[in-house]
Amino acid sequence: MTALLLLIMMLAPAAAMLGCLLSRRARFSAYINLVAAAVAFAAAVPLPLLSLRGPRFYLNQYIILDSAGAWVLLCTAVVYLLASIYAVGYMRLLNEDERLHRFYALFAGFALTMLAGPLMNNIGVYWIAIELTTLVSTFLVGFELGKESVEAAWKYIIVVSAGISLALLGTVLFYWGGSLVLGPTYDFTWSVLREVAPRINSTLLVMAFLLVLVGYGTKAGLAPMHTWLPDAHSEGPAPVSAMLSGALLNTAMLGIVRFLSVTDAAHHMVLPRTVLVAFGAFSLLVAALFIVRQEGVKRLMAYSSVEHMGVLALGFGFGGTLGVAGALYHMFNHSLNKSLMFFGAGNAMRSFGTKEIGAIRGVLRHLPVTGALWLAGAIAITGAPPFGLFLSELSILRAGVAGNNAWAAWLMVLLLIVIFIGFLNHFRRMYFGDGPGTRELRARCGGWCVAPMWLALIPLLLLGLWWPQWLLHYFEHVSVQLGENTL
Amino acid sequence: MLITHLSPLAASLFSLLAIASLLLAFVMLGSRWLLDYLLAFTVESWVIAALSVAVAYYGGYPELYLIAILTILFRGMLLPYLILRIIRRLNVDRELHMTLQPSSSLVVGALLVIFAFVVASHLGGQLGLAGTIAVLALTVMLSMKLIGFLMLSVRSEAISQILGLLVLENGIFLGSQILVPGMPLLIELVILFDLLVVVVSFGILVRYLLAHVGSTSSRDLQRLVG
Repeated sequence: MTALLLLIMMLAPAAAMLGCLLSRRARFSAYINLVAAAVAFAAAVPLPLLSLRGPRFYLNQYIILDSAGAWVLLCTAVVYLLASIYAVGYMRLLNEDERLHRFYALFAGFALTMLAGPLMNNIGVYWIAIELTTLVSTFLVGFELGKESVEAAWKYIIVVSAGISLALLGTVLFYWGGSLVLGPTYDFTWSVLREVAPRINSTLLVMAFLLVLVGYGTKAGLAPMHTWLPDAHSEGPAPVSAMLSGALLNTAMLGIVRFLSVTDAAHHMVLPRTVLVAFGAFSLLVAALFIVRQEGVKRLMAYSSVEHMGVLALGFGFGGTLGVAGALYHMFNHSLNKSLMFFGAGNAMRSFGTKEIGAIRGVLRHLPVTGALWLAGAIAITGAPPFGLFLSELSILRAGVAGNNAWAAWLMVLLLIVIFIGFLNHFRRMYFGDGPGTRELRARCGGWCVAPMWLALIPLLLLGLWWPQWLLHYFEHVSVQLGENTL
Repeated sequence: MLITHLSPLAASLFSLLAIASLLLAFVMLGSRWLLDYLLAFTVESWVIAALSVAVAYYGGYPELYLIAILTILFRGMLLPYLILRIIRRLNVDRELHMTLQPSSSLVVGALLVIFAFVVASHLGGQLGLAGTIAVLALTVMLSMKLIGFLMLSVRSEAISQILGLLVLENGIFLGSQILVPGMPLLIELVILFDLLVVVVSFGILVRYLLAHVGSTSSRDLQRLVG
């Protein structure tokens, strides 16, 4: 049953990829990609439930489905579905119909690599899956072929490949550490590494962890390795930005969390957690500074992703059941919310024909529905009630105040307030600011562009009003699996 | 374990090959001609293949013979050929504006090697491996890593940046041959393959850069800031 679902989830985007390349028709590609996304989503929904009965292994232990991985898969599948719906409407506006089948083929391929990453049990193969996500998404970032998009694509691939090669070095060092105990050849899986960790020399373990943290941290967009992120997220087409922000960053964060559970298993490892917390706090700081003075509307969203990856890093770094639960809840909420924000930004950009915040005025007057949804999303993303991110940030804070790194929790409060003010100030300008008023809208965004915003906002509101008990049990299960000691 | 009981001959052969590839990284640092970089990279790949053969022979890891053949095919022939094609198409044969002159980058490179040695010998001492080939392997691995990053940061031509990335990976490849020769074959195969994909993607991107930005120097990529 589980194996079948996994197979369906992987085959759907793969089939869509082939279909797009073979048919070479824009419309057909859009719909086949949408169908694949819906099928993958339907297959991913039961996975967290099925993973509760303990991790499952397939294909000679190369594939793992554990509850942490299943959660990331669910986040990815949700964003893939929302972005695919949005893409149907948005990509038409670009007038690139003759190249569009290639876009959808890459889009499905990108989803495929992201769905594959969390399933990889062999640590080396996980690294390869993450590297593949970069290679595929580079061409999506550069798809529009403007000067800026090609520049962003180049910076993306160089910075991320260089960063991720550090993760490979760390991975090799982990393997070396294990081989000093277990002999030259052994199964290099997460669980084996966790078992052997207490017997690996602690200096080697910490050094390997730091390399891996910097490497996957580059991919996850933690400051100061985030430099590629604002460019790539702002220059790709809006559905791609949503996938990069809502899904890709999580798959890399999962790697960090799993390595963290390895160093945890080795006991008395305060340093890895503190470093992760420091990266998280620094990400928040950098994001706060750049959000306040931001001029580009999609770059604003991109820096908000840096902020939220910082929050996730803090949550996992604080640890304990509460920290992990908050971080996982936050991951899902952020996936929904950031998709919503990028969809809104894409609609506004196309309608007003500009990327500059300063040139967008009177959003509500021109785009009543999109505008209202986008504004609600902006309130949600700054962590205000009654939306899901308020609850998740609050529980991360509670975990932080109770733990060793309380300073980071207080810093987080301060920076979240700064970001709240800075972020919403930009929205105040765009919605109620003075400026060159009524202008002809450049493009009309149809139902395809607005429907996914509803689909993202409604669950976000529900999750903010009600944190289901069974979800809490699920997160507890994840944190036990990651070997967290309960608070 | 391989590294603790090696015959002196094998140990000196390994050291020779490791140091040779480190020297080749310095050749890259000391030149400003793109073809020199490419040549040094090619020779470096062949040296690493020779190292694989040596480890396979002395350590008794027959699968490393396969890795050696693939290294020569991919890194020693196919990748250099692909990069050569890009260079021919680009009309750029050397670095025009270097942040750091070749001579000063050699000095910085030497400092980086010293730093790598300090880290490696500290780690080797912790593991009780001081004085073995492991320390040398770690040193070379870390220094090639650092030199790769140095190249990435002071060279701006697209080709130099691709080669910088390849040096980063060569360092890891070299170190892992000596430190973890038993690392699962599958991983090494896929990493080799992965590299090929990387270079193909870079090739396409370089064409985009040329067509849409009009230059392949990263100095001209400064529209996106803040």
